[in-house]
Formats: sequence, structure tokens, C-alpha cells
Amino acid sequence: MNNVRNKKRANKSLPFFFRIEFRVFFTIILISTILLISTFSFDTVPPILNRGIQPATFPKGLLVLIIVLTSIIYYLSFKKPWKNEKNLPKPFFLTILSFIIFIIISKTLDFFLAISVLSIFVSYNWGERRIFYLLLVSIIFPIVVFIFFEMILGLRFPPGIITNLYYY
Amino acid sequence: MMAPLFSSKLLLVLLFGTLFGLVLGVLPGLGPTTGGALILPFTMTLDPLSAIILLTSIYCAGTYGGAITAVLINTPGTPAAAATCLDGYPLAQKGEAGRALGMATVSSTVGGIFSVIVLVFFAPILANLAYEFGQPEYFALAIFGLTMLASIGDGSPIKNLIAGAFGILISTVGKDFMTSIDRFTYGINELSVGIGFIPVVVGLFAISEMLTQSTLLDQVFKRVALKAVKLPTKDDYKKTWKTILRSSGIGSFIGVLPAEGGTVASLIGYSEAKRFSKNPEEFGKGSVEGIAGAEAANNAATGGAMVPTLALGIPGSATTAVILTGLIIHGVRPGPDLFKEQPEFLYGIFGAMLIANVLFFIFGFFGAKLFARITLVPNKILWPMIFAVSVCGTYSLSQSIIDVWIMLFFGVLGFFMRRYGFSVVPVIIGLILGELVEGTLRQSIVIFDGNWLMFLTRPIALTFFVLSFIALAFPLIRSKKNKKII
Repeated sequence: MNNVRNKKRANKSLPFFFRIEFRVFFTIILISTILLISTFSFDTVPPILNRGIQPATFPKGLLVLIIVLTSIIYYLSFKKPWKNEKNLPKPFFLTILSFIIFIIISKTLDFFLAISVLSIFVSYNWGERRIFYLLLVSIIFPIVVFIFFEMILGLRFPPGIITNLYYY
Repeated sequence: MMAPLFSSKLLLVLLFGTLFGLVLGVLPGLGPTTGGALILPFTMTLDPLSAIILLTSIYCAGTYGGAITAVLINTPGTPAAAATCLDGYPLAQKGEAGRALGMATVSSTVGGIFSVIVLVFFAPILANLAYEFGQPEYFALAIFGLTMLASIGDGSPIKNLIAGAFGILISTVGKDFMTSIDRFTYGINELSVGIGFIPVVVGLFAISEMLTQSTLLDQVFKRVALKAVKLPTKDDYKKTWKTILRSSGIGSFIGVLPAEGGTVASLIGYSEAKRFSKNPEEFGKGSVEGIAGAEAANNAATGGAMVPTLALGIPGSATTAVILTGLIIHGVRPGPDLFKEQPEFLYGIFGAMLIANVLFFIFGFFGAKLFARITLVPNKILWPMIFAVSVCGTYSLSQSIIDVWIMLFFGVLGFFMRRYGFSVVPVIIGLILGELVEGTLRQSIVIFDGNWLMFLTRPIALTFFVLSFIALAFPLIRSKKNKKII
């Protein structure tokens, strides 16, 4: 209980632009506003073809609703500040990094190589050091998954340096 | 009712679904919603009945499976089992893990079977009522479903509504279904067909959970020793039979309400069990009534949640949203016509749910000890494997690498949403109801010749609007009382 109070106090003592509620509010409002502006560039249909409302009207209404509701939660947070979450640990950022590596490898080299690299990277950074288990998650399991999807479900994976060995 | 199930293939599917559901339920962070979404691409190789039987058996068994982890390691395997921890774990700590699991197993089975009976009787009635529905009524019903999002979970109602509106917004990406005009596609061809349900669900549930697990690596689970699951004693039955029946009724009712599900049902079932109990002071210290109240309610919500899903095409919970997607993918259109044209299909589902409840009773009773061992699989091995299946499963549906990027994007987004108190379930419900809301609104405006006030001249639509107002007002008042509006 004291811990939660301390966290809240810590959050309240920060300048407003560092507080979590402001950062969340700002992010949502910024993205919603950009999206709202982009709805004005949607094509319009002539009245004869228009069924009820223009295609942009509904998303516009939703974005305005999101902006209004977000403003309400921000206003209410003045009375009741959000609790300050603890800092994210290193493995979290390494996992995000592994996603980026996955995207790069799957786009440039090979889809399954990307899965293998991500698996070994995540497993190692989460603390696994035993060779057998690292091989299990990075090689054996992806092969099983490939065989299952390819042979049983008849799925064709995108071409790449490893999948091409199988396909050609 | 059971006739369509007397085929070895369907029984095998049912058996696999129940076992798989139990495994998913036992593993914290996974659950029937994520599991259903992951297995959805695999169902493409099955006929529609087998596919839906697989998904519903995962739903029933997965909901129960959460109780095993809740009792033995004080961590709910599924959110619906959160209330089970309150008394299940203290009872297990007293050396009565077998009794706690026995009570959870019996009350889950009774709740589940009760809800299937509710489903069999009420789904056709609701479907018949739906014949009276036109576009304005469906719009009002969808709005009612969305406003119910305000009260899901114990989070902030306003944040739930923002998440729901965001879900609907996602459904507007792609070509407008009435005019074929591109919306939010920004020149990316793949986005013209819209954002698929599976990448969003897998991202919001599986990938965001993977990121959550990356922040919890220092957490050590302590598993309570379990010798064997014990059937409740005569005394336990005497103490709990009223609670089980009450919670079964509560769970079924909550399940029928659009968007609500097992989590809300179990919390209400638990608090009502405490309110009616002769020994409320025992709650939180290992009360069997507490376990029965929570478990009967969350499993009773499974059948209840299938009622609006099958009769109206409005999901009763996040998992039934996945089942609804499964139905649509397999060309089955839920709604009143389904009851008229394919009764044998529906009775196959009802029968399968009934058998799934019996099967998880057997597996739970004899295999809980084995299933509990699954929790020992380290996250550093489990989650990379889940990632591989998530990526391939997401890719397989439309064989598009863009879907995999979308999945990762929603994974990161889902993580931050949860971190800052936004539930991800409303996004899923909003996404699935989005097209219905927009389509029926636009058609209603055409019918009413642009006069919005005409909605108020339709009694059924008006009733749903009044219910929506109540659904919005109630959690806001409750939150204000509890000071939990944000």
C-alpha cells in the first residue's frame, strides 16, 4: 500500500510533461489528430451514389470520440494521478530488438532463418544457456513447424536462402 | 442432439480440443482466446462442424484449465480464474490442494453443463426474436454490445470505451464496403482488404503476453504439492450446492450479455457466494464456497456467451469473437437463419460442448497433476516456440508477410495498452462489431432518409438504446463510488 502511495507521489511530483498520464494522453491525441486530418483526404462520393453518409464520416466520428474520451481521462487524472510503472527491464528491450531483427532478416534473407534467429536470441537473453534447449527452440522446433505447415496444411512460405533449399 | 457427433473424426477432434484447451488454460498468459486464435488457421483443413467443435471444446476446457494454475501456483491460468486464486490457493496451502481442485472441477462441470442447457433453450428463442430485427435494431444491438464494454473487467470504463472505439476504427481500414473508397490505406495495397482479425488477436494476446513475460523473468512460481484430486465430501456438497446453482445462473446470464464473459461472471459469482454465505469470514482463507462460486460462474459463462454469438452474430466474450471468426471463415453465417437452415450443425455444437464439459471433468480429475507439470516448462523455452507458431499461423491465413508485421505491431501496442490500464478485449470486440455497426448505421440512415430521430420510433431499437444508456451509466456510477473511473 505504502509502495503504491510512494509511486503515485513520485509521479505527481514530476513536471506535467513527464507524467505517464500526459504521455499517454499526448500520444493518443497526436495519433488521433493525424488520423483525423488524413480522413479529410479520403475520396468523397457524389450524392447520387452516397448511401447515408460519406465514407470518411464514420471514422471521423470515432476519432473525435477517442479524442474526447482521452481528454476526459486526462482531466480526471488531475484528481487521481496514475501510479508510476516501474522501469522496463533489459530483456524487454532485447525482445523488441529481436522483433526488429526478425523483420529485417525475414524481409532480406529468409522467413525461417528469421524465426530461428529470434528464437535463439530471445531464449538466450531470457537466460537459457543449455545448448540442447537453444538448439531445440532455434532449429528443431522451427523445422517441426515448417514441416507441419508445409506438408500438412500445404502452405507455401516466402522464398529465402533456406526455404529455397527445400523448394528447389 | 448427439447424433452428428457419433463419428470417430469428430470425437477425436473433441478429445484433442479438450486436451489442448486444458494445456492452454493451465499455462499463464495463454488461454482459450489466444489458443483459439492460434489454432484458427489449422481449422482450414477441417470441415465447418469439426472446426467449430475444436474451437468450442478449447473454449470450455481452457476456461476450466485456468483453475489448476490458480489453485496450485496462485496465478490464474486465464483471467476468468482470477477469483479462484482468492480461496483456491489458501486452501491448497493448508495441504488441501486435492480438495480445492476437486471442488473447482465439479463446480466447473456443473456450471458448464448448466450453461449448455441454457444455450439449447435460449439460443433458438433469441434467434426467433432476431427475425423482428431490421437494420436499425441491429445497429442498436451492436451499440448495446459496445457499451457493455464499459463494464468488462475491473479496469476503467472510459479506457475500455476508448479501446472499443479503437477496435471499430481498425475495422474501417481498407476499402469502404459500400463505396469501395480506400480508407487509411496510405497507398499500401495489402491494406485495401482491411486488417485481418487473426493478426490483431494474436498480436494483442500472444505477442503482447510474450513482451509481458520478458518483464517478469525474475518471478519465481512456487507450486503447491498435489497428491491427487479429491471429489468433494458430502459436507462440501451440502455447503456449496446452492452456491454452485446460483453461480451457474449468474454465469449463464452474464455470458448471454454481449461482450461480457467468464472474467466478469466469476467475479460476480464469487462476490455473490460471499454475500449469501453463512461463513463470509472464511472467504479469502480457503473457503470451498468461494472456489465453487467463481468456478461455476466462469464455466457457466461459456454456454451463455455462445447464445448471442450463434443467435445474433454478436460475440458474448473475447473467445466467442474468435469462434465467430471461425464460423465466418468457414462460410457459416450466424443468426436466425442458421437455426432454420442448419439445425444439425448447431446441435452438433451443443452436443460437443456438453461432452467437452464431461471430458474436462475426467481429464481434470485424473490428470490435474500431470497438467500442473506443464507450468514447469520455462518461459525462455516456451515463448520462442509460441512465437514461431504465432508467426506461421498468422502468415498462413492470407500468406501475407504484412500480416506478420501487423501482428508484431499489435503485440507492442497491446503490451503498452495493458501497461497503462487499457484492456485489449474491447479492441477485439470493437473490431468484430465494427462492420456491423457502420453497415447498419449507414443503411438505417438510408431507410430513415437521413432523419436520425426515426431510431426512436422503433421500440426494439429504443429498448437497446435505453439498455446501452444503463450499461454506460452503471459502471461509471460504480467506478465513481470506488474512485476507479480512470
